[in-house]
Amino acid sequence: MTPARRPILEVRGLTTRFRTDRGIVTAVDDVSFDVFAGETLGIVGESGCGKTVTSKSIMRLLPARTTIIDPKSRIMFEGTNLASADERAMRKIRGDRIAMIFQEPMTSLNPVFTIGWQLDEALKYHTDLDSSGRRKRALEMLRLVEMPEAERRLDEYPHQLSGGMRQRVMIAIALCCEPDILIADEPTTALDVTIQAQILDLMEGLKRKLDTAIVLITHNLGVVAQVCDRVIVMYAGRIIESGPVHDIFHSPEHPYTRALLRSIPKSGHKAHGRRLPTIEGIVPSLFELPKGCRFQDRCEYRQQRCIDVEPELLDVGVGGRVGDPLRQVRCHFPLSGASSSPTIERTGVEP
Amino acid sequence: MSSDDRPIVRVRDLIKHFPVRGGVLNRIVGNVHAVNGVSFDIRRGEVLGVVGESGCGKSTLGKVLIRLTEPTSGTVEYGGTDITRLGHAEMLPFRRRMQIIFQDPYSSLNPRLTVRKLLREVVRLHGVVPDDHADDYITELIAKVGLRQDAADKFPHEFSGGQRQRIGIARALAVKPEFIVADEPVSALDVSIQAQVLNLLMDLKDEFGLTLMFISHDLKVVEHFCDRVLVMYLGHVVEEVPCDDLLLRVKHPYSKALLGANPIDEPPPKGSPRRTLTVLKGDVPSPFNPPKGCPFVGRCPIAMPRCQAERPPLVPRPTTNALTGHPATHTTSCWAVED
Repeated sequence: MTPARRPILEVRGLTTRFRTDRGIVTAVDDVSFDVFAGETLGIVGESGCGKTVTSKSIMRLLPARTTIIDPKSRIMFEGTNLASADERAMRKIRGDRIAMIFQEPMTSLNPVFTIGWQLDEALKYHTDLDSSGRRKRALEMLRLVEMPEAERRLDEYPHQLSGGMRQRVMIAIALCCEPDILIADEPTTALDVTIQAQILDLMEGLKRKLDTAIVLITHNLGVVAQVCDRVIVMYAGRIIESGPVHDIFHSPEHPYTRALLRSIPKSGHKAHGRRLPTIEGIVPSLFELPKGCRFQDRCEYRQQRCIDVEPELLDVGVGGRVGDPLRQVRCHFPLSGASSSPTIERTGVEP
Repeated sequence: MSSDDRPIVRVRDLIKHFPVRGGVLNRIVGNVHAVNGVSFDIRRGEVLGVVGESGCGKSTLGKVLIRLTEPTSGTVEYGGTDITRLGHAEMLPFRRRMQIIFQDPYSSLNPRLTVRKLLREVVRLHGVVPDDHADDYITELIAKVGLRQDAADKFPHEFSGGQRQRIGIARALAVKPEFIVADEPVSALDVSIQAQVLNLLMDLKDEFGLTLMFISHDLKVVEHFCDRVLVMYLGHVVEEVPCDDLLLRVKHPYSKALLGANPIDEPPPKGSPRRTLTVLKGDVPSPFNPPKGCPFVGRCPIAMPRCQAERPPLVPRPTTNALTGHPATHTTSCWAVED
């Protein structure tokens, strides 16, 4: 990693609300982060933490009628604020400069058109190539994503392909304009593990070849460990921790991050007994968020201050490491004790 | 663990083919070979894992085992009785002794019944406890699976995924079964909830002395939870391995590929490179026309001419489970590991 890189995407104070039958709910609350060229940034968290809403807010793919992106939110991409850009400006960016792939490729592909047609449509929209040039390019794209028997696939329909091949088609469509950023929302969750390995391997290779930044949204911590450079951990609409992948896994600062990492079975750890460490309880409803820390009900270190005041997302351990990616945590009592918040004796029991 | 050596389930040469119809006359044009000649035992008190990718036949195997689906041929002996030949009435007492938990508890719970009603239905049907004790029994069940008592009068849609899975478990437990098939019970759940449900299953297994067949695509979960694991590919068991340390154990190229395709647990120390994933070429072939020789031949990195022509037999080798010290068998079906 080179220091002094400039981010290609800067998200500042992104807040996304939805109008629902039960009133207005804040799904993403004051989220800020940067994306750098050529990196893979993981956004992890459990269902409802706001990771998908964050990505769809960047792409402006949320239904306009029910979605309110707070006017103070800033999503800066090449001098344009995507949070307030109009639909015409977004169309120039979406698909062309920032592309997105989803968990279930079958629902994103049109079942009544051939694979070739769908690639052609993307190319027609985003390039000046003529019809034979587009066909050539479509074939190149399918070869780039290592589609078996690429030529034949151009004339096949989505239902004739396996799940892994469909995801390859989605990646081919997403990459046909060589976007600066590829947002991948759970791209391998619906796939078998051997196919997941193929797709992760493919994304790694393409990232290196095209220098695309990848924002990988997932709940699978193994996938994060395997491919991400930096990680953002979200909980109940908030970023609760962020940092380089190594630091997040080996010295997590937020009790939630550590508990989450401990609750997954690991290879060769069976001798330590079959009970897994768990996080008791469930994620709070976004309609009934507590006043203080959102993780308080499930936290083994909870103190009075956690109930009274919601902690801010603060830099930790950046001192002396100029140019290092940010390491941030939203906790009054981060696990290493290194914090810019006032020091208070920790009384929780270290397990 | 108190597993005596008497098998509770004995499966021999089990085959399940699904006919495929086609053409103008809607004749049977072929068969999907979902389960293709599978034999194994499950010992009392054991947790037997079954892993494999989609379409390998693991779920069909689970359903045939408790006769939710009729086998094409072969036998399933339960406590010494071949249940594949029993009539409806004769089957009823066995139904009570074997239960299943599904991946998606929502689609397996009647949305119009409250938890109390759906549990009472099961309890009454099988006459588990006298009617006037049913309510107490249900209260006890709800507590056992870690739900609050006010859960009893709610409907399935009012619960989160993890809580619904607890209801699914309560319903399976309601008839006091000996044997439970758990088909991907935690796959649809969030990570933090997965651990809660796995621990619950483990506690209940110990408390009630249950025998479990645990079907999953997640090798890490299987390794953690099971005593022994069957690796399935295209309807065949290709390896049967004691579940102490799978990474050290497995011999079959497919099992190795499955483990190698699993992402790493955590990033390596700073400066060292990450282990690259094993990338198998291609997809699982269609079970409609499976290959004649080894089912894995099309994707196998070490395939030989012999693998095309002849199916390798399952060769058992005696070994010892490193965690329990019990004698165990490691069976592999591969020409390359025959020695």
